[in-house]
Amino acid sequence: MSSTTPILEVRDLVTAFDTDAGRMTAVDGIRFDVPRGKTFGIVGESGCGKSVTAFSITRLLPQPHGQILGGSIHFEGRDLASLPIKEMQQVRGRDVSMIFQEPMTALNPVQTVGRQLAEAILLHTQCSLAEVQARSIDMMKKVRIPAPEQRLNEYPHQLSGGMRQRVMIAMALINKPKLLIADEPTTALDVTVQAQILELIADLQKEMGMSVILITHDLGVIAQVCDEVAVMYAGRIVERAEAHELFAKPRHAYTQGLLESIPRLDSTPKTKLKAIQGNVPGIADFKPGCRFAGRSGREHSTAHLNTRPPFVEISTNHWVENCPICVA
Amino acid sequence: MSLLTVQNLQQHFPVRGGLLRRSVASCKAVDGVSFSLGAGETLGLVGESGCGKTTLGKAIVRLLNPTAGSIQFEGQDITHASMGTLRPMRRHIQMIFQDPAESLNPRHTVRDILEEPFIVQKIGTKEERKQWVADLLDKVGLSAASADRFPFEFSGGQRQRIGIARAIALKPKLIVCDEPVSALDVSVQSQVLNLLLELQRDMGLSYLFIAHGLNVVKHMSDRVAVMYLGKIVELAPATELYQNPRHAYTKALLDAIPIADPTQRRTRQLLRGDVPSPINPPPGCAFGHRMKHPKWEESVKMDLTLKEVSPGHFVQPCPCCT
Repeated sequence: MSSTTPILEVRDLVTAFDTDAGRMTAVDGIRFDVPRGKTFGIVGESGCGKSVTAFSITRLLPQPHGQILGGSIHFEGRDLASLPIKEMQQVRGRDVSMIFQEPMTALNPVQTVGRQLAEAILLHTQCSLAEVQARSIDMMKKVRIPAPEQRLNEYPHQLSGGMRQRVMIAMALINKPKLLIADEPTTALDVTVQAQILELIADLQKEMGMSVILITHDLGVIAQVCDEVAVMYAGRIVERAEAHELFAKPRHAYTQGLLESIPRLDSTPKTKLKAIQGNVPGIADFKPGCRFAGRSGREHSTAHLNTRPPFVEISTNHWVENCPICVA
Repeated sequence: MSLLTVQNLQQHFPVRGGLLRRSVASCKAVDGVSFSLGAGETLGLVGESGCGKTTLGKAIVRLLNPTAGSIQFEGQDITHASMGTLRPMRRHIQMIFQDPAESLNPRHTVRDILEEPFIVQKIGTKEERKQWVADLLDKVGLSAASADRFPFEFSGGQRQRIGIARAIALKPKLIVCDEPVSALDVSVQSQVLNLLLELQRDMGLSYLFIAHGLNVVKHMSDRVAVMYLGKIVELAPATELYQNPRHAYTKALLDAIPIADPTQRRTRQLLRGDVPSPINPPPGCAFGHRMKHPKWEESVKMDLTLKEVSPGHFVQPCPCCT
C-alpha cells in the first residue's frame, strides 16, 4: 500500500444506541481520513460523539445497545465496521490499539502490571515467558518508567496517575500497532504530566511510524500535537482541515466561537470573554438540519433547520458542514 | 486594610497506621502559607493536583480546623472561631465548588437550595425569600421557572450557575472559587467566567480563584500565587508573573500550558517526575529536591520566607530555583 493512501477511511459512519426512549443516533454520518504516520485530532465537547467514534472504530461499543447502523471504516483493505467479531479481535490490540481517559478504571486493579502486559502480548503472539518478560521490560523502558523490573510486579494502585497512563500506553503499543486511538489520554492529568505524556506519544509515534487519532476537548492540546483536525458537534463533523489552516481560518461559526471563547495568555485580564450562548444539546434534542443553529445567534430558516447541510470541501482539504448561515 | 489576611497557615492531617490506628505521620497539605486579599480583588491560586490548593480554600472558609497560623477576616481572627461565632461570619465568606452535580442536593428543588442560606441566617419572611430567589435566578441568567425544578434537570453550566447563585445569596464579601469551570464544557466555560467577572464588578466581591487551567487563572486574576507541595513559591501581579516568572517551578508550569495556536509549537523544558507526597516532604525547597538540583542542600538551612524581588512580586528565595 502506498504511503499516500490514508491508513483509515471512515465514510458516512452512523452509530446509534437503543434506549428506553427509542433509538439515539450518537454519530450521525461522519467521514474522515487518517493520514499515514500523522496525528489526526478529533475535538469536541461532551456528548458530541467523539468517544463513540473511537469505540465504533475499535468495535468496543457497549453490547447489545450500541450498534453501527451504516457506513464503512476502511483500514488496510478491510472494513472494520462489518468484520466478524473473531477477526476484529485479532485486529484490536495488534493493528489498532486504544488508550483511555482514566487509567485507573481501564487497568485491572487486581492484576499486576506485568501480568496485564503479558496478556496483551500472548493474545497475539506465541512466545516463551522469558521473551514476554524481556519485551515487557523493553516496552516499559520505552515509555520511560523508571525501574521497570520492579514495576512489573506492582499493582495499578501503587502507581501515580502519570505512571498509570504510561502503563496503558505500554500495553497499547506492545504489539506495535499501525493505528493508535488515544481517547482523552491526558484529561485526568496535571498540565506538567500532560506535557510529558503528549511528548512521549509523539516520540513513540515517530519511532514506530504509527498513525494516531487523538481525541480531546482541549484545543490547546490539538494545536500542539495534531497535523489534521476534525471538529465534532452534536454527532457530526462540522469542520475538518489541517491544523494550521483550521486555527488560522476557521469557517464554521462553531469552530470560530470555540476558538474565541478560550481565555488566551495574551488577552487583557478581567475583560469579558466572547462566549457561545446556550448549552451543548443533548442527544434527544438533535435536529435534522443545522444543529448549531440555536446557539449561533444567527437567524436560521425552517429549511435550514430541517435539511442537513452538505459536507463539502471548500478549499483544498478543508471540509465544512456547509450551512449557509453558519458558514458565511 | 485588606479583607483577608492569612499568616503562616498550616493544615496538617494525621496519617494513621498500625494496629491501634495511631498517628504515624502527618500529611502537610498546607504548610506555612501567607498572603492577603483586598476588597474587590481576585487572587488566583495555581499548582498541580495535591499541592494543597483546595485544602487552603477549605481552611479559609473554615470547613477545616487549621493546625497553626492565623486567618483574619476584616481584622477579626477566625482561625479557631467556634461554630457559633462563625455563623454570622459565614454570610460574608462563601464557596463555589468544582462539581456542581455533587455540591447541590439532588432531592431539593432549586428554590430549596437558594432559600437555605436565608433560612440558616434567619433572614426575611417566606414572601421576601421567594422574591430573593427570583432575583438571584435572574442575576445568574436562569429563568424564574427554574425555581421549581431539580438540579438533575439542568446542564452542567446551568448547575454551576445555581451554585453561584447560592454563593452570592447573602451578598458575601469573599468567595472561594474552587475550580469553578473545570467540570464544564469549553463553550460554556467562558459564559460562567463572564458571569463571575460581572458579579464581581456589580457586588464588589473578592475572589480566591483556585484552578489548574493557567490561562483561565490569568484571565480572572489581579494577582496569582503558585503553590507547590503546601507552600506558595511565587506570588505576583498576574501579567508580571506570566511575563517574568522567577521560580523554576512557575517557569515549568507556564511552559507546560498547551497554547491553542499551532504556529506556537515549542520544544519545552519538560518537568520530570511527579508531584511528591506531602507526607514527610523533603526539607528545604521541595522543588529543588525534585529536580535534584546541586544547590538544593543550601536551601535546607535557609529561611525560605517569600522575598519581594520587584514591587508586588514575591518569590521563595532558594538558591536552587531562583
